[in-house]
Amino acid sequence: MARAATTTDAFNAVAEPRRRQILDALAGGERPVNDLVRELGLAQPQVSKHLRVLRQVGVVHVRDEGRQRLYRLNSEALKPIHDWVKNYERSWSERFDELDVVLEELKQKEEGDDGDE
Amino acid sequence: MTVTSSGTATLTLPTDEQILITREFNAPKHLVYKAWTTPELVKRWWHANRGEVTLVEIDLRVGGKWRYVMVADDGFEVGFHGEYREVAPNERIVSTEIYEGLPEGVSEEEGGTVNTVTFAEASARTTLTLLIEATSKASRDAIIDSGMEAGLQDALDLLEQTAIGLR
Repeated sequence: MARAATTTDAFNAVAEPRRRQILDALAGGERPVNDLVRELGLAQPQVSKHLRVLRQVGVVHVRDEGRQRLYRLNSEALKPIHDWVKNYERSWSERFDELDVVLEELKQKEEGDDGDE
Repeated sequence: MTVTSSGTATLTLPTDEQILITREFNAPKHLVYKAWTTPELVKRWWHANRGEVTLVEIDLRVGGKWRYVMVADDGFEVGFHGEYREVAPNERIVSTEIYEGLPEGVSEEEGGTVNTVTFAEASARTTLTLLIEATSKASRDAIIDSGMEAGLQDALDLLEQTAIGLR
């Protein structure tokens, strides 16, 4: 399947597994880029490319300290995703909880039909 | 009394265009399949405590159509429809899904998803896996929009209602 060429929003930005790994790493606090390269086991240009995407949508912020570039998570930009995922997940959880009730009835009915009760 | 709640649903976003939902049920898979594919039963669980399911049409065969309509508590009507692409009884169903509230200018073709639901049984319990694949960024965005519509109700209200609703 053809994939979107440009990453335009936070949803796309975090849908990529490597970028999620970067965000996970940054969840623990601010990190220099070299640290991330080591942790992800990727080449620096690849890590930089992912960081650029994350920066474009505002999910990470960057600052220079001496010779180091330090990246940190901007959780504010993740909030719409968090809210949406939680809402969607809750919607399905509610359905499944109701489905549990239906299934209990079907099970009891089936047991009744078998003459087990 | 039997404990009806068998677990919590987990949701992940494996790629840009995929949503994966998994949940375990304390019932054999033929019953989960039945509850998933019988209109009168679907009406009882698909509402997610956000309204009333007013229509469930299921023509369960390859090429057959389905349509669900729900009137949310705030009066907003949402409809979804699609076509079955693969039907393996008690095992797996592949179908298309189109949200009927697609933004103007988004065609059904680009706005739809392909949903694959699988039922796997072990020790009389069933793991249901629902993979929702958007066919484009537009359809991914449509899913997000539809989720937002359904989410107008306050979260705490919902939790309270569920606790009361589950006997």
